[in-house]
Amino acid sequence: MTLKVNLITGRTINQGVTIENKTSSDYQEATACCELNSKEAGLLGKPGSNIKVKTKHGEVVVKLKENNGNPDGLAFIPMGPWANAVVDPDTKGCGMPGFKGIPAQIDATSEKVLLMKELIARYK
Amino acid sequence: MTVITDALCPFCGCMCDDITVAVENNKITEVKHACKIGAAKIMGHHRIKAPMMRTDKKGDFKEVSYDEAIEAAAKILADSKRPLMYGWASAFCEVHKKGIFLAEEVGAIIDNTATVCHGPSTLAVHEKGLPSATLGQVKNRADVVVFWGSNPVHAHPRHMGRYSVFAKGFFNEKGRKGRKVIVVDVRKTETAGMADEYIQVEQGSDYLIISALRAILAGQAAVVPDSVGGVTKEQLVKLVDTLKAAKFGAIFFGMGLTQSMSRYKNIDNAISLTTELNSFTKFVITPMRGHYNVTGFGQVCAWETGYATAVDFARGAPYYNPGETAANDVLTRKETDAAMIIAGDAGAHFPADSVRHLARIPVVQIDPYWNPTTEVANVVIPVAICGVEVEGTAYRMDGVSLRYRKLVEPEHPTDIEILEKITERVRKIRGD
Repeated sequence: MTLKVNLITGRTINQGVTIENKTSSDYQEATACCELNSKEAGLLGKPGSNIKVKTKHGEVVVKLKENNGNPDGLAFIPMGPWANAVVDPDTKGCGMPGFKGIPAQIDATSEKVLLMKELIARYK
Repeated sequence: MTVITDALCPFCGCMCDDITVAVENNKITEVKHACKIGAAKIMGHHRIKAPMMRTDKKGDFKEVSYDEAIEAAAKILADSKRPLMYGWASAFCEVHKKGIFLAEEVGAIIDNTATVCHGPSTLAVHEKGLPSATLGQVKNRADVVVFWGSNPVHAHPRHMGRYSVFAKGFFNEKGRKGRKVIVVDVRKTETAGMADEYIQVEQGSDYLIISALRAILAGQAAVVPDSVGGVTKEQLVKLVDTLKAAKFGAIFFGMGLTQSMSRYKNIDNAISLTTELNSFTKFVITPMRGHYNVTGFGQVCAWETGYATAVDFARGAPYYNPGETAANDVLTRKETDAAMIIAGDAGAHFPADSVRHLARIPVVQIDPYWNPTTEVANVVIPVAICGVEVEGTAYRMDGVSLRYRKLVEPEHPTDIEILEKITERVRKIRGD
């Protein structure tokens, strides 16, 4: 099924711990994931399964993660290159892109999570 | 083994100054008192060993000498009609000064990481000022603390312990028991879990809610609807009563306000609320700044150019208009034709559209570590780490400047040495 959500991005402690080590698998584990509450995550698969997050700005495959702090309809991806594959580049006239409040669709997928190098290579 | 005490942490805007570091044979072997994030930064890991260059961004890098890399970097900047110099937040004020000098020399746009963090807060402060206080004042006096759209448990792990919640202060001997903690957020974060009161708001409705609080505070509760942004009027009235009853209240806000709909207007409104609360009691507001010296760049840039960030030197004199001259504006408009990324990681923290443009233009990276910016760079110059291998000055999130010591000797040149050499080469290439 396709889950329609409001996507926000932001800091997490493990994103911070690995921020100076972005070629590591720890960084990928910390940031290439999307948090939903367990009820909505359960509609897509088990925690750790791959999901595809699509917005009108792009799409990205990340791991599904549960966070019961999230209300229904709110998805969270830690800041980093995976989140930024789908955020809104429009700065609304003040320099700040749209990192929070992006309408998104999420589906289960069998596609793999790209490594940081592979993700950035898509832009070349 | 040498033990260094009271070292400063070079990670976040808390700039914790009680860190103990053990050094053996010029290597840091242990870090005490720092949070998990600070310890990881201070301990460090494998670095970019030598400068690297490539012409084809899809090709492999080739190691080169520092002189070759500096020459190539200078040529990229000197040949550019619209260079962008971005980053700066993980470097000291002394580096910022050299960078602004080089930006003026090449007519660049210079912008820092605030552009994707608290840049909107800067715009709001232009409009309204900032009724703020040092973190020491908050520690010693605050009895009501509000975290709005900020999650210090994750982003500033020692903030609550050292300054705002658990710390015992001169007028607050009870620490946590002497403070009421309120968290306003769109999701129940770990910080919210530790609060006395959690107010869950609908994402993007902060402006409405702050406006409702201001109306209630002004005695106009009658005009406020029964529910605003997912919060009941009853909750809002109760919140205003709590804020008014504070002896010393402090609001700490994060990217929940700066990055959501309304951007800088959210902060503008929150500053107005704080100002109005001062008609009833003492209230202060402080942005939770991310990188340890992102505040310092704003200070140096303001005293050198008159503007805090997103400064365009193309006209020969500083010009500033975020929305036009901020890094993501010039990248998504495909306007800039070369970039230098230093002490910040645009490749990781800018939207795909901006990174796509960086992948098309010549990019110079000055950084200790391999990261997504490296993946789109042509010239990579590794440097020593400020705050670990280099001494210098940084500004804490509350605007207090503190001096960092060197903990170990660097094996790489400093940002300052590289910027000075690039500036010298740029002048020669341009025949100045």
